[in-house]
Amino acid sequence: MINKSVADVIEALQGVKDNMTFMFGGFGLSGIPENAIAELVKLNIKGLTCISNNAGVDDFGLGLLLQQKQIKKMISSYVGENDEFERQMLSGELDVELIPQGTLAERARAAQAGFPAFYTPAGYGTEVAEGKETREFNGKMYVLEHAFDADFGFIKAWKGDEAGNLIFRGTARNFNPNMCGAAKITVAEVEELLPVGELDPNQIHIPGIFVQRIFKGAHFDKRIEQRTVRPKN
Amino acid sequence: MLDKNGIAKRSAKEVKDGYYVNLGIGIPTLVANFVREDIEVEFQSENGVLGMGPFPLEGEEDADIINAGKQTITTLPGASFFDSAMSFSMIRGKHVDLTILGAMEVAENGDIANWKIPGKMVKGMGGAMDLVASAENIIVAMMHTNRVGASKLLKSCALPLTGVGCVKKIVTNMAVIEVTPAGFKLLERAPGVSVDEIIKATEGHLIVDGDILEMNL
Repeated sequence: MINKSVADVIEALQGVKDNMTFMFGGFGLSGIPENAIAELVKLNIKGLTCISNNAGVDDFGLGLLLQQKQIKKMISSYVGENDEFERQMLSGELDVELIPQGTLAERARAAQAGFPAFYTPAGYGTEVAEGKETREFNGKMYVLEHAFDADFGFIKAWKGDEAGNLIFRGTARNFNPNMCGAAKITVAEVEELLPVGELDPNQIHIPGIFVQRIFKGAHFDKRIEQRTVRPKN
Repeated sequence: MLDKNGIAKRSAKEVKDGYYVNLGIGIPTLVANFVREDIEVEFQSENGVLGMGPFPLEGEEDADIINAGKQTITTLPGASFFDSAMSFSMIRGKHVDLTILGAMEVAENGDIANWKIPGKMVKGMGGAMDLVASAENIIVAMMHTNRVGASKLLKSCALPLTGVGCVKKIVTNMAVIEVTPAGFKLLERAPGVSVDEIIKATEGHLIVDGDILEMNL
């Protein structure tokens, strides 16, 4: 067994620097690497390019990095659930690249899988395709999109073991598996970190080969963005 | 004239037995409430779930189980979770049978605009561009006119496009319209709405062929 476990978030984030590019798993506030984000806030490194489907809310998720003006550029598919984001975007302090959600997932997966680029139909004929190579296959037009190139990938999983094997839960899975092994260093935080042998190899979603560092998150808020319920009667 | 629930109810008739369906935010979300109970349908949400059920009972909400609108949801027996790349494999790979989404504008050639108003805060396209670029069967469920009364069914879209030549059918508060190579074709009219009123509310070319029946809701 190659041991990937590190003591805590401080050790897990060693090497992060100003002006780096990071990937963050999560959809809305579900399945975001809360502990890594909290540590990046403490380290207060700046000039970051962040690849994440969303940008958090004002007081949670990537919104916390925005509050401290740590982010130079966001690459996302859907943003604007937070006022500070909007203010920085409109004032020009923050550069925002909006891309289709499936393209975001596939650009991560391509980096993970060793593909430099791929053709997708998404965005053809729209401003998303402007300046990009297009090509016809079987009578339909496609846009060439490139794999991401990031320094660190921050992942949140449900359970993991010391070998870096990961299991996700519910829709907190989202972009997390696609971003594993897609950056130079993949850091996974888990709710439960188990000794090797405790996870059934049949149930592993992401093998430890895609993970460089794993730690048990000290605390998970697991906030709900839109609480919708039916009354009990 | 229909209200939003009426549009959803009529749109629900397009959902057939055995369909995997992706519903967009807004009126399309309401469609799930009107699908016949004697057919088998599975709802896909692009954040990574197939087999979505109703909202959870109070106290049973789970931060790890949400839909693409970030709302807490439940799953039905037979449901599955998957990652985002696989979710869009279902979409781009044409495994999802029907996509119902909202729009700001639809053009008579099937172009759709629903993600950006220049000069206003842009939130992003989310999964809409992947959905419209790939799905075979795309239905737009929307109001026929915008807040200032201008037609949303146009000769060509003025707003930045989400996708080109992709919309097959439009269900509005006034009519059901098919997008054909020759333009919009009126199929049905809403209760109490005349063909003349629909023509007046449609900026794009509208083909009216023979008697137009009232929607059967």
